[in-house]
Amino acid sequence: MSEFDQLYREVILDHYKNPRGHGVIEGADAEADGQNPLCGDEVSIYVSFGEDDTIEDVKFSGRGCAISQASTSMLMEMVKGRSAHEVATMSKDDLLEEVGIPLTPIRLKCALLGLWTLKVALHKGKGTPLPEEAAGLDDLSLN
Amino acid sequence: MAVTAKPKLDAQKLRADFPIFEQLVHGKPLAYLDSAVTSQKPRYVLDALLNFYETSYGNVHRGVYWLSERATAEFEAARDKVRGFVNAPSAKEVIFTRNATEALNLVAYAWGWDNLGPGDTVVVTELEHHANFVPFQFIAQRTGATFKAIPIDGAGELQLDALDGLAAEGNIKLVAVGLISNSLGTINPVEKIAAWAHEQGAVMVVDAAQAAPHKAIDLQTLGADFLAISAHKMCGPSGVGALWGKAELLEAMSPFNMGGQMIRQVRMEKTTWNELPYKFEAGTPPMAEAVAFGAAVDYLTAIGLDAIEEHEHELAAYALDRLGELDWITTYGPPADRRAGIVSFNVEGVHPHDVAQILDWEGIAIRAGHHCAQPLMAKLGVAATNRASFYLYTVRDEIDRLVAGLHKVRKVLT
Repeated sequence: MSEFDQLYREVILDHYKNPRGHGVIEGADAEADGQNPLCGDEVSIYVSFGEDDTIEDVKFSGRGCAISQASTSMLMEMVKGRSAHEVATMSKDDLLEEVGIPLTPIRLKCALLGLWTLKVALHKGKGTPLPEEAAGLDDLSLN
Repeated sequence: MAVTAKPKLDAQKLRADFPIFEQLVHGKPLAYLDSAVTSQKPRYVLDALLNFYETSYGNVHRGVYWLSERATAEFEAARDKVRGFVNAPSAKEVIFTRNATEALNLVAYAWGWDNLGPGDTVVVTELEHHANFVPFQFIAQRTGATFKAIPIDGAGELQLDALDGLAAEGNIKLVAVGLISNSLGTINPVEKIAAWAHEQGAVMVVDAAQAAPHKAIDLQTLGADFLAISAHKMCGPSGVGALWGKAELLEAMSPFNMGGQMIRQVRMEKTTWNELPYKFEAGTPPMAEAVAFGAAVDYLTAIGLDAIEEHEHELAAYALDRLGELDWITTYGPPADRRAGIVSFNVEGVHPHDVAQILDWEGIAIRAGHHCAQPLMAKLGVAATNRASFYLYTVRDEIDRLVAGLHKVRKVLT
């Protein structure tokens, strides 16, 4: 399979064209906005918590390229039903493994914008630790 | 003397001057359609850079020995070439900077700091590159001045009928406008805006970074008080640009960067400044780059800026025609006769990153993003666009390849 075919492989195109967890949760327990300064893309993540700190529902909205939309869609499937603290410490490699395609440093920013923004939302909702990469997202640095 | 038609530019022949085109990208010839972000370099300029290091390298304005004298002479000769390129009256008004961005920051800080305050207004446009927007926004906020933008219409052209309204609102002290929009290619009516700015008693800053590679610049007819250019967009090396400013304004300004070379006398209690242009050139400047900048001016002048401009108009018109045939493409900006060789567009339902990524595999390089013009993107109602931009080495075949590539994009992603 060529590099090209890998990047736009079937599963990526499927998540891009039929994103899971796409939408808005009205009255969400926590939400956060992330921006990619490279291209001006924006993502918003909404979380509702169940008992303890379980992520009962999670959705995303915004605009982005196929890589960012597909990886955020996959992320939504991966984290629903898990605990906020568990997801807050989830490694980016777990998501990248799921995405499963070779990414240049520039495209990595596209693929990971959803994850960092989700971690900001969890921080706001449950006080979980923030990764360094979340700096600047959701205007956090201005607080 | 017989009047002969000026020979047209032969882009195919000029390509041989550019070593970058000798290699394949993903197994295909490189179609470099991103010259608006930075241009490729001809061998002539690369040779000048290397030759300076091999034969003339010493620090300028410092040594009394032969090599330093030689380096200084080449450096100052380059300054005079840049002076001639923009038709400045005097070389002492030409300051070498790192790029156009630094030139504009120099104006914002060194002029703005001492001349702006509450009740004053700074005017930019909605088309501006961040480099001609953010420094003036910042200095306005720091000095308590008001910051305003001339709006654009749906075709990306400045709405000059808004000028009177702006004039009624405050004491306009500085107006900063790009001669050509890097995002849309719009050629702005800078002469008219400069005349208006001067009626208000304001200084006129012209960002010519995108224009200098593509058309002859005459700052005296433009009515500029300051003008910024970058070598890297005009076949020169990265790391050097120039600010031209009117001598009386530059004389009255405090320095921007402090250090060696920009001083006359340093004492514990007080330091005095060197004469123009050295007052604004602290530290060892980009010497080899400046010399190669001069070579780039020679190269462009030999081809002829008018021929380059005509070539680009033809390519822009051709690209707009070809893209206009596709109902799933939206193009932005004015008609071909009022734009430089820049075409911004979107593919229905496909993010620009994906467009650029798929085109890359075809050996085609275009820009995808906000082009450092987020206020403009907001006005257009998009996060990003694709941008194909052309230069003297661009041929029609590359635009045909772009169109074929866009069909492939659509096949993969919709």
